This record gives sequence, C-alpha cells and structure tokens, in this order.
Amino acid sequence: MTTLTAIAPESTPRSAGDGRKTIQTVALVGPPNSGKSTLFNNLTGLRQKVANFPGVTVEHRAGRMRGRHGETLTVLDLPGIHSLSPHSEDERVAADVLYGRMPGTPRPDAIILILDATNLNRHLVLAARVIALGLPTLVLLNMADSLRQQNGDVDLVALAGQLGTPVALISAARGEGLAPVQKFAGSIGAPPAPAELPVLQDVRHCREWAVRVAGRASYRRPLPPAWSQRLDSIFLHRYWGPGIFLAVVIAAFQLIFRLGQPLSNGLQDLLLAAGQPLGAHIASGLLRSLLIDGAWKGMASVLVFLPQILLLFLLIGVLEDSGYLARAAVITDRTMAKLGLNGKAFIPLLSAYACAVPAIMATRTIENKRDRMATILIAPLMTCSARLPVYTMIIAAFVPDRPLAGIFLGTRAAAMLGLYVVGFLAAVVTARLLKSSVLKSHSSPFVMELPTYRLPTARSLGLRLADRSWAFTSRVGTVVLAVSLGLALLINLPAHSGQAVLQDSVLAAVGQRIEPVIAPLGFNWKIGVGLLTSIAAREVIVGTLGTLYGMDPGTHAMSLQGALHADLSPGGAVALLLFFAFALQCTSTLAVVRKETNSWKWPLAQFFYMAALAYGSALLANQLIQRLWL
Amino acid sequence: MIFNFKKTVPSTPRRLADLAPGQSAVIAALALPPDTAEPLMDLGLVTGSQVLAVRRAPGGDPVVYRVDGAEIALRRETTRHISVLPIEAAAEVAP
Repeated sequence: MTTLTAIAPESTPRSAGDGRKTIQTVALVGPPNSGKSTLFNNLTGLRQKVANFPGVTVEHRAGRMRGRHGETLTVLDLPGIHSLSPHSEDERVAADVLYGRMPGTPRPDAIILILDATNLNRHLVLAARVIALGLPTLVLLNMADSLRQQNGDVDLVALAGQLGTPVALISAARGEGLAPVQKFAGSIGAPPAPAELPVLQDVRHCREWAVRVAGRASYRRPLPPAWSQRLDSIFLHRYWGPGIFLAVVIAAFQLIFRLGQPLSNGLQDLLLAAGQPLGAHIASGLLRSLLIDGAWKGMASVLVFLPQILLLFLLIGVLEDSGYLARAAVITDRTMAKLGLNGKAFIPLLSAYACAVPAIMATRTIENKRDRMATILIAPLMTCSARLPVYTMIIAAFVPDRPLAGIFLGTRAAAMLGLYVVGFLAAVVTARLLKSSVLKSHSSPFVMELPTYRLPTARSLGLRLADRSWAFTSRVGTVVLAVSLGLALLINLPAHSGQAVLQDSVLAAVGQRIEPVIAPLGFNWKIGVGLLTSIAAREVIVGTLGTLYGMDPGTHAMSLQGALHADLSPGGAVALLLFFAFALQCTSTLAVVRKETNSWKWPLAQFFYMAALAYGSALLANQLIQRLWL
Repeated sequence: MIFNFKKTVPSTPRRLADLAPGQSAVIAALALPPDTAEPLMDLGLVTGSQVLAVRRAPGGDPVVYRVDGAEIALRRETTRHISVLPIEAAAEVAP
C-alpha cells in the first residue's frame, strides 16, 4: 500500500519566477458522491449537509480556510459533475463557476479535483476535462480507507506523472492525508503538464485515455465489498425487498409516535416548569398575561414537537447516509414510472418529506425543464416536517391511542401514515394533470447510482440534528414569538382594567369577521386566526392556538390537546388535517419557487391551486362527516 | 403488483435489456437521442465497455448493472435502445 503523501511531479515547478500570485480561491470539483462536501466541511469547518447519495450539493457554496502561512483562502464547493458540458442545472452551476461566468463569485485560480479512489477508471475522464482548463490543479483520491480495505492499489508517482499534477491519497471522512491540501493552497500554483490529453469532445476517446492512464499508474480497482452485495441481494430481493421497504416506512412512523410522544411530554413538563419561576418574577397583570400566557405558551406549544422533528431527521439521515435510500428509489421506481413521474424526480420528492425548500433546489438535477417544473409544483404537497407538529397535535387530540397490529402499528401512527399517503396521492394526481396539459414532455432516463453501503457516522448525523434543532428553535424564537406576542397584544385590546375578555378583543373581532368563510369547514374563529398566522409557516398555528387557548379563561387550565378536543368537532378536525395536507402555508417555499422559476406566475398559481384544493377537501370532509355521523 | 419477469432469455442477448442477471456483454451502440445518451456515456456506458447485469429490482424493472466498478440502475425503456455484443465477439473491437 502506498503511503498517504502528495507527490509533486518533476515537471511542476514549486516556485515561479514569473510573478504568478499565490492561490487565493480554490474550487472543489468532483463527480457526485465523491466526498467534496465532506472535504469542504473538513477544510472550512462549515457544516455542509453530507449524504451517501448522489446530488446532495446543488448550489455552489463558499467557505474560508487557513493557508499554510495563516492567510485566508476562499474555498468553493461545487455540485458534483461528470463532465463540463452541462446536462442539468447543477452541472451548469459548476461549469459557470469554473469558467468565471458566475456573477459575484471570483474565478477560481486553482482547482482541487477530488476523485473516488475506488472508481478511478470512470472518474479520470473528468480529470482530463478539468486539467484541460489549464488552472493549477491538485488531484485528491478520496476513500483511501476503502481502497486499502478492499485490496485495491494505485501508484501515485506514476499517476502524478501521467496527469502532470500533484496527486494525493486522502480519506475525507476520517480527515486523513489532508496536509497536501494546505501545502497546495499556500503554494504558487503551476498549470498542469499532463503527458497527454484525449480529444475532449470524443467520449470514447476520453475513456480510452482514462483506462490507459489508470493502467500506467498500475491501478487495481477494489472489489465491491461482498457484504454490500449480500445486503443488496436482501434489500432488492423480489419479495423481501418491498416487504423490508414497507416495514422501514411503517417502523419510522411508529417510532416517531412511540418514542417521540413520551419525549415530547417530558419536554412539555420541563417547559411548563420553566415558565413557573419565570412568571413568579413578573407581577400579575397585563405584562404577565402577555409574556407568560401569550408568548411563553405560544412558543412552548411549538417547541414540544422538537423530539418528533429530530427523530424524523435522524431516521432520514440514517437511511440517506447508509445508502439505503438509493435502493428505496430502485424499489419504488416501477410505481413511480407507472404514475408518470420522472425517475430523477424521486430524489427531490423524497427530500421534500423533510422540507420543500431544499427539495425544490434539488430539482436542478433534472435535465428536462418541463419535468423540473412539474416536480417543483408538486413538491410542497409532500408531507414536510413543518406539518408534523400540526398533525401530531390534532391526532393526539382526536385519535384514541390503540394498537392496530400489536406494537408494530398503532392507530395514531396509522392516521399519520394515512395523511402522508393523502399528500403523496395529491402530488401524483397533480403531476398527471400537469404532464397531460401544460407540461407535456418525453421522460428523461432514470439513472440511479447505487453507492456502497456505509455505516452512518455519529458526526454526520449529529451535525444534521444540530442544524435542524437550530433551524427549528430559531424559528420558534423569531416568527412564533412575534406572532404569539402580537396576538397576546391584540387579545388585550381594547385596553381595559382587569382580566382580558377574549370575546371582546380586537382579535376576536377580526376572527369573527372571517368566520363565515370558514364555518362550513367546521372551523371557529380561533382556528381561523391560526390559519391566517400559519401563512407565514405551518407550525405557527400550533403556537397561535397555544396562545389563544392559553389566554381564554375557559380553556386556560387545559392542555392544548384538551382545549382543541373541547372546541372542535370531529368533522372540523378531519377538515383541519386535510387543509394542512394541501395548503401552501409557507413563505419560504413561495420565495424559493419564485427564485427557481424566475417569475411570480408559478408560485402564485401554486398557492391558489393548493388553497383551492385545501378548502374544497376540507369543506367536503366536514360536510360529509356532519351528515353521516352527527 | 405485477411481476414482469422474462423467464426465457435469448442465448445471445442483442440488447442490454435482454441480459439476464449474471450475464455480461459489451456495449455496441446507444440508439438514443444525444440528450439521453450523454449522461449515460459519462457513467461509462460507451461502445466497447463491459457491462454486467447484477440484479433486477423487485418489480423486474429497473435492472442494476455494473459498469466500470459502479452499480447503476436503469429502466428497461432505456436499456432496450442499447445494443450489446457477446464478450468473445467484441474482443477484437474493444480497446
């Protein structure tokens, strides 16, 4: 096994006498899933999302690292590319940055090309294209640990000679062998001096060149580990495969409820207990009512859902990092194809279960413009994590907790699962409508790379959860706090002495004004106010109801679930669930659709379509339930 | 669910779609529009490269192929446009 050191080819001068400046901006380039983001995180200390899944980075990001002499360098992390002739939006972003065509981003004066050491023959084609740019280049062969373990080998000196660039073997995940990067970054870069380059336009010629170069570097490709193969023969088995897939999905829901509920209850007790001494310092009266019953109760009622959200992201993280998600894509592809969905839409749609915003950005990997638009339009119908608090709150208030299939599936988890299915079906129907009318197109090919299974690292999962916790709590600390305080203030208007009377407040007047519109859905004015505030973000309704019921003397002493159960009819509860399944109450999503489609037409059409869907289905559900059961 | 297994496999597969799991062949040509073919070529599906059909997805489609050491799943709608040659016959053509 070769040692982990950079080897500068003799043709590369280490000092330049012609006044070339030292490297200041470095671009990280590499094929999808080669470990660019992991390296980027390691170099800059930034927390970039990392997954064992091709196509995670869709935008370029800039970070800073310290050079050898303490100087600051800019590092650009680019989306994974196979070539520089862009087939999709993310490849175009990478090519634009490298050619210096990206406004606001300096043209890099050096490139760090990161290649998967376990798959060199294929990845060297990209090396030819990058080296041909003529910028000083450092070639890093990542996943040195896998290469070693799986009995592969490569002669770094020979490879460096062939490519005319320094070459180093690293393990980005373990942070091993990174010294050459700092050395390179602090150097005066020299353009590469390759032994030969292929005709870049001729893909076949490029591949022949790659095989020849790998051969001259005595490259021995590691075998895919036998256990990864064995796992695939189970996970992609004709009968076991779909069975395990279903079991994984159901187990995820069950876990979110079974494990999430007690954690959530614990957090609720903790938050309420924390509110007591806080309230003791504030004299009774208006201020106390505003801060404790209004702001604190509003924020606490949203915060208690943190365990469920973190569980969801932990599960998605484990599935993504381990490589199972790519297999799930293969298992479900047949169904997706029948439903008329583009194979490449799977990845963005799947990530929409966490949040529609990154999902919409991930549609950049879809080459076909019309397919991409269709995917953007249906992504917000997938059940995102912001709906989780709303669903959990209503389900916990109305669905009795009984086992359906022993410990494996309870009624509450089943209700939740049903809502996810409803969202998915709405997305499918919408996609069909779009594809058969405004967005007709030929389907582009489904190409799914199956990465080798990896054990998710605690570090990567931990970073994801920390990131999520921060995003969630900062939203509670800003949007939810502002809305709760504002509501508490409105409740106390018009000003009067003594206890606020909710029914006479300005807020109640506003709420009662919109009541005729929402009464057919089974909603009262409090829910109506919640619907209004949740246009900012879905989970805000939970905080709003927490504040409203918290300040209402009639429900002051009850839990939020108890108050909701007393205040809402079963028909209204189902209607509310459906309303949240379909409505586009998320300003972030609207903003990102506006940005990605470059017009207000699509986000507005999407907003009103989803609002109509939400209102119609809620109306239907409430009227039916009222007539049939009551 | 409908299982669309092709139980009978021709002795000499002509198209990538005809390869049974465990069978290898050499790519002869991609009869696909450039937009479709180029991303596939970037992944190693070029004339002369050897492909092994590894396994079928539970529904029979897509199929997982090993090309250049990486595993890639492709739909039948794509692989039926890719013609292949038996490895022996392609020996003199391959680089």
